[in-house]
Amino acid sequence: MPAKIVVTDITKSFSTAKGPLNVISAINFTVDDGEFVAIVGPSGCGKTTLLNIIAGFVRPDRGQVVVDGTAICGPSPKRIVISQQGSVFPWLTVRQNLMFGLNGHHPDKMALADRYVSMVGLKGFEKGYPHELSGGMLKRVELARALVVKPEILYMDEPLSALDALTSLQMRIELRRILSEDRHTCVLITHDVDEAIHLADRILVLSARPAAIQAAFEVPFPHPRNLLSPEAVALKVAILREFGL
Amino acid sequence: MGKVRQVLPSLVMAALLVAVWWALVVETRSVIFPTPAQVVMAMADLVRQGTLWDHIGASLFRVGAGFLLAVAIGVPLGLWMGWVKGAFTTLNPLVQILRPISPIAWIPLAILWFGVGDLSPIFLIFLSSVFPTIVQTADGVHTIDRKYIQAADNFGVTRAKLFLQVVIPAVLPQIIVGMRVSLGVAWLVVVAAEMIALRSGLGYLIIDSRNAGNRYDLVVAGMVIIGITGLLLDSVMRRLERLKLVGWRYAR
Repeated sequence: MPAKIVVTDITKSFSTAKGPLNVISAINFTVDDGEFVAIVGPSGCGKTTLLNIIAGFVRPDRGQVVVDGTAICGPSPKRIVISQQGSVFPWLTVRQNLMFGLNGHHPDKMALADRYVSMVGLKGFEKGYPHELSGGMLKRVELARALVVKPEILYMDEPLSALDALTSLQMRIELRRILSEDRHTCVLITHDVDEAIHLADRILVLSARPAAIQAAFEVPFPHPRNLLSPEAVALKVAILREFGL
Repeated sequence: MGKVRQVLPSLVMAALLVAVWWALVVETRSVIFPTPAQVVMAMADLVRQGTLWDHIGASLFRVGAGFLLAVAIGVPLGLWMGWVKGAFTTLNPLVQILRPISPIAWIPLAILWFGVGDLSPIFLIFLSSVFPTIVQTADGVHTIDRKYIQAADNFGVTRAKLFLQVVIPAVLPQIIVGMRVSLGVAWLVVVAAEMIALRSGLGYLIIDSRNAGNRYDLVVAGMVIIGITGLLLDSVMRRLERLKLVGWRYAR
C-alpha cells in the first residue's frame, strides 16, 4: 500500500533583519493511511511552520508534500487543521460553526451537524455561542467541525496545550474514542511527550532550529494506554534523552 | 432599583449645575441671560406653538438622510478597501486628506452646489459621517484575526460565504462603533449647518432667536434640546452594540 502522505526534502527559511533564518532543513517522512504520527520538538523549533507547509498554507523553499500520489498546492477540506489558538467562529453558534464547512450537497446539514455535536458530547449546546463555553468544550466544537466534513487527514498543531492538565487528558481519551469509531490519518505536532505516547502510533523527534528529524520511535502499545507502564516510561525516557534531558 | 442608583449621581450633578446657574443669574441681576425657569417657559412656548417638533423633526430628517447615505456608501467602500490591497493604497491617501477638512469648511461649496434647501445640510452630514465609517470599517477588516480566514480557506468555502459568514460578522462590531462615532459628528454638524443656511431645524432656531430680539431663553432652550436629542441618539446606537449578532465581541 502506498503511503498517504509523503514529505520529501522540505526546506524553509525566512528572511529577517539579520539575514536569512533557516527554520526547517531537509525533512523527509511518510505517513501511512490511517496512521497517527506525532512530531515532537522543543519550543520554537519550527514545528508550526512545518505543519503549515504540510497543510498547504505555506510554500516550502524546496521539496514537496505529496498526498495520495499528488503534490499539494494549497489547503483542502480533505485535510483539516486544528490549531492551538482554535478558530471556532465566535459570531456563529455551535451548530452554525459545524455547518460552516459543509459546502457540497447534503440532504440535511443541520441533522448531520447535530450528530457530530452529540458525538463530542455537547448535545444541548447546539444553539450556544462559543463565548458561553469553556476552553475544553471549545476544543470539542473545533474537533467536531473538523470531523463533520469527513476529512481524510487531521492535522493538529498543539491542539490541547492551551487546556489545563485534567481537561487535556480528558480530551486525549475523547480523541482516541472518536478515532476508534471514525478512522482518520492524523499528524500531531506537540511538545508534550506524554501526549504523543498516549495518542500516536509513531513518534518523530525534531531537533532544535533548523528543524530536522533526529529520531523516530514506534509506539506499539494497544489502546487504551497506560502511561505509567514500565514500557511507556522507558519510551518517554528514551525520547527525553533525544532532547538531552 | 439598581437602575435608579446608576442614574441618580448624574441627576444630582445636573440639579447642582442648574442651581449654580440660577444663583449666578439672580446674583448678577443679568437682564439678558435667562434663568432655568425662563428656559423651561420658552420650551413650553415652543411646544404650545407646535414649532419645537418641527425643528427637531427637520434636524433629525437631515441627520438621518445624510447618515444613512454615508453608511450605505462608507461600509461597502470600507470593506473593499480593507480586503483589496490595491483599493486601500489607491483610496486611503484621498480619504486621509479629505477627512480632516471640517464639514463647516464645506458650507460655502455646499450652498453653491445645492442651494439653501435640505440638500446642503444632508451633503454636509454625509461628508462628516462617511469618512469615520470608511476608516473604521477598513480598519476592522485589517484587524480580523488571520486564524479565521485561514480556517475558512481550509474548509474551501466560496468567496461569497467567506464574506457573508466570516468577514462581515467579524467586522460588524467595528462598523457599529464607526456608526456611533459618525452619528455623533453628524448631529454636531447638522446644527452648525442649519445656523447658516436654512429656515427650520434646531440650529436655525438658535440663530433666529438671537437675531429676532435677543431671545436668549430660546437660545439656551435650543441648546438643551440639542444636547438631550444627542444623548437619545447615542443611546439608540449603544443598543445596537447589545445585538446578539455582535454580543461575542463584548462577552468576557
